[in-house]
Amino acid sequence: MTATSFVRLLERVGAQGEGLLAYLGGLGYLTLDVLKHTFVGLVTRPRIKTDETFFQMVRLGVRAVPIIFLVQLFVGMTLSFTLAPVLADYGQLDQLATVISKAVFPQLGPLLASVVLTGFAGAAIAAELGTMVVGEEIAALRTSAIHPIRFLVVPRVIACIFMTVALTVLANIVGTVGGGLIAYLVLDIDPWQYYHTAMEALVTKDVTTGLIKGGIFGFIIVIVSCYEGLSVTGGAGGVGRATTNSVVRSIFLIIAANCVFTALFYFVW
Amino acid sequence: MPESPEPILEVRGVQKFFDGHQVLNDITLMVAPGETVVILGPSGCGKSTLLRVIIGEYAPDAGHVYMWGEDVCCAGTERLDKLRQRFGILFQSGALYSSMTVGENVALPLREHTDLDAKIVEMVVKMKLELVGLRDFENLMPSQISGGMRKRVGLARAIARDPQILFYDEPTAGLDPIATSVIDQLIIDLRTKLGVTSIVVTHDMKSALRIGDRIAMLYNGEFIAIGTPDDFRNPTDERVRQFVEGLPDGPIPLRVSKTDYVSDLFGIRKEDLA
Repeated sequence: MTATSFVRLLERVGAQGEGLLAYLGGLGYLTLDVLKHTFVGLVTRPRIKTDETFFQMVRLGVRAVPIIFLVQLFVGMTLSFTLAPVLADYGQLDQLATVISKAVFPQLGPLLASVVLTGFAGAAIAAELGTMVVGEEIAALRTSAIHPIRFLVVPRVIACIFMTVALTVLANIVGTVGGGLIAYLVLDIDPWQYYHTAMEALVTKDVTTGLIKGGIFGFIIVIVSCYEGLSVTGGAGGVGRATTNSVVRSIFLIIAANCVFTALFYFVW
Repeated sequence: MPESPEPILEVRGVQKFFDGHQVLNDITLMVAPGETVVILGPSGCGKSTLLRVIIGEYAPDAGHVYMWGEDVCCAGTERLDKLRQRFGILFQSGALYSSMTVGENVALPLREHTDLDAKIVEMVVKMKLELVGLRDFENLMPSQISGGMRKRVGLARAIARDPQILFYDEPTAGLDPIATSVIDQLIIDLRTKLGVTSIVVTHDMKSALRIGDRIAMLYNGEFIAIGTPDDFRNPTDERVRQFVEGLPDGPIPLRVSKTDYVSDLFGIRKEDLA
């Protein structure tokens, strides 16, 4: 490699690194702004927009219930089919509920609920806010002394975090039940035995870490999608790019955060 | 209208660059309370940029904007928000909030910044919509009304809190002649009856002559003429004359491309052509 091409390579790496730092800085700045407006809105006027928050909960979360229900049901059933032969080989088929609940509650429940919600809520938020930027609606809000972060982002952040945690609860239950369905229908495991095994296997840490992670993933989805939406430039093409970016980047950050927090809970808790 | 010793709006030596290209060059303008100033100019001359600098959307690279004696450019968010509550803006597209009905759009500034009872808010909304001729449209969504109607609803929203200064970005562009006259008359009424100061950015010459106390013509980021409508009816500057009379040929070129046409078309350098 010549000196010139090496310098070019360094320049390219540097530019990519600078872009990544600017992006993360933007997310951090938006997070601080959201925190400020949330706490200010809790104690003084103008208050947090509760009606808008409930509307967003329904729009972003409640409408995702059927799809998350079906996804987790299929995941639980697939887990049963995959794990049953392995456990049977070791004569541990009665521990199927233990393995499934231990996989679903701290890991697959929050992870898959968040990934589905990314496509459902994240894309919707980015597209909506992006269209508002292009249509000068955000500029109109700002020049009417209505802060877009307080008016638009804070309700979505609260709604998305709350609904991700709620949907994680649903995903956990449905995923474990899905596994139990196959255990009962195909593997002849008594449902009550499956239930009691799962309850005995689960400890507070499994449930709590899963819910904490659900909240964190919900925060990642909403912050990334709001940031992408509010940063739109260049009309309809920009809105499309923001929507794609919000899904791809959210999923990447969710999976990375899952690894980091799983490690953290492994060592600390 | 003679200039007041204490202007309500002062633009002093404003300069603005985008990617090294100068869009505004040393713009200075004083606006007296109750005055209607029209900022005129061909497309791409920097009119909308100037408006955005004045309302605090863009920070100028040099110069200052004072409203009620307060520097818009140096005001923090809180001060700027306080100033913004005292003026209204009609955006070029209307910029209505697409997820809200027409009525909710007009009511929003009142709901956000006042403690008015819901019944009073409803009444004010009806009054403002009546002013722009769109009462009975409260429950429609912005997507269900025409572009011209959206602009009129945008104006109703801008005047919802009875602002002291109103900024209009191309208020009559895309409107039919009757709707144009309605908007023009409304701007005149707001000045004569309520003493509202108006800054109107437009390239509609007829409208400018009808509503303006003073007209300032912007070309290439600079004011090339500031005067009364009568001054503009009989202009001395050839560029102003070309614009006022809408002549295709004159000192203001149609083409703004900076590169050589032939060399650009055939992808060859100018020197090689010679």
